[in-house]
Amino acid sequence: MRNPLRSESEAFRFLLVVIVGALVIVGGAFLNTWLGVVAAVLVVAGIVWWLMQEAVPGVVEPVHKVDPSTPPGGTRILVVAMPGTSSVTVAADATEIVVTVPALASKLEAATGAVDDRRADAERTALALTRRLSRPGVSVRGEVGADDPWLATEDALRTFGADAIVVAGDADVAEQIRGRVTVPVTLA
Amino acid sequence: MAAHAEQLDHGVHEHPPEPHYSSRISPSILGMFLFIGSEIMLFGAFFTAYFFVRVVAGTAWPTPPFHLPVFVALINTCILVTSSFTMHWALQSIKRGNVFGLRAGLLLTFLMGLTFLVTQGREYSRVGFAPKDGAFATIFYCLTGLHGAHVFVGLSILLFMTIRAFRGHFSPEHHHGVEIGGIYWHFVDVMWIVVYLTVYIL
Repeated sequence: MRNPLRSESEAFRFLLVVIVGALVIVGGAFLNTWLGVVAAVLVVAGIVWWLMQEAVPGVVEPVHKVDPSTPPGGTRILVVAMPGTSSVTVAADATEIVVTVPALASKLEAATGAVDDRRADAERTALALTRRLSRPGVSVRGEVGADDPWLATEDALRTFGADAIVVAGDADVAEQIRGRVTVPVTLA
Repeated sequence: MAAHAEQLDHGVHEHPPEPHYSSRISPSILGMFLFIGSEIMLFGAFFTAYFFVRVVAGTAWPTPPFHLPVFVALINTCILVTSSFTMHWALQSIKRGNVFGLRAGLLLTFLMGLTFLVTQGREYSRVGFAPKDGAFATIFYCLTGLHGAHVFVGLSILLFMTIRAFRGHFSPEHHHGVEIGGIYWHFVDVMWIVVYLTVYIL
């Protein structure tokens, strides 16, 4: 749903829509009070529907293409693991690994910010996988990501130019990420 | 959308950890949503009382022998709606580098807002009933008074915006203060249309 007060221009446009809606309601009420009430319900529903149909800026922007900046001789792997994942296999030639675990939360939890428990779950998983993937000569670190797997991946890619992405345990997530990045994505 | 991943290193931190927020909503947008939500709840409480008095309790609206000054309120509505157009003109002007348009637009908006508030005060003094004269009068004063308080806040913002405009603080590149004030002013206008419809028309 688009915020009608996102900018002054949009607020002004919203005001114009409300004025038109008000005129419709007044016209209906002039004929019959209950017709005015019906018009009011329809106008409010229409405005809500219109705002829900409006594209939210940024959502349809093309996906940022990450340019991997791997040092010569190295291979950087981004592991996207769902909370609770206990193991994951990464290519043996990896020299740098980042494990990001999205703090999956319900819409209500995300909206109210009650995500502490989810973040704690994600942190435990990230820590466990980080320890499991650690080996000599390989830099491994873990992160807690956003409450959406794609957002967590995108956030991680902003600071880590991965050569490949490994998704642990969720084929749908792997497919979603595969369609939006230029690097290879595999399902572990 | 900003990166917000939290690193799980256990080194010494020389600063507090980065605050966490969902990537889905930026702080400024979330702030605006919270503002709108709080305003909806505030006005919603008064509208709930209004509908209870009028629909559930079946109180006559307006309660005889009182009358609502519908025509004066309509003129006031036109003034307030027009002030939104001048507000929009002011912002569009500064975006194009037209400082005169900005100053004239803001000054006109302020004057029209002031006219609205003065007219509403004058209406209160002539309407013939006081808040203590029953539920109808109480709700009338609460709803219109709550909106009037918002207009007063908007006028205060407009005053500072106008002073800043005459001091040359805004430019085509830097006019965030006008943008935010404009959003608030349009919001106040939208709320008045809702108040006018429910209190005076329906």
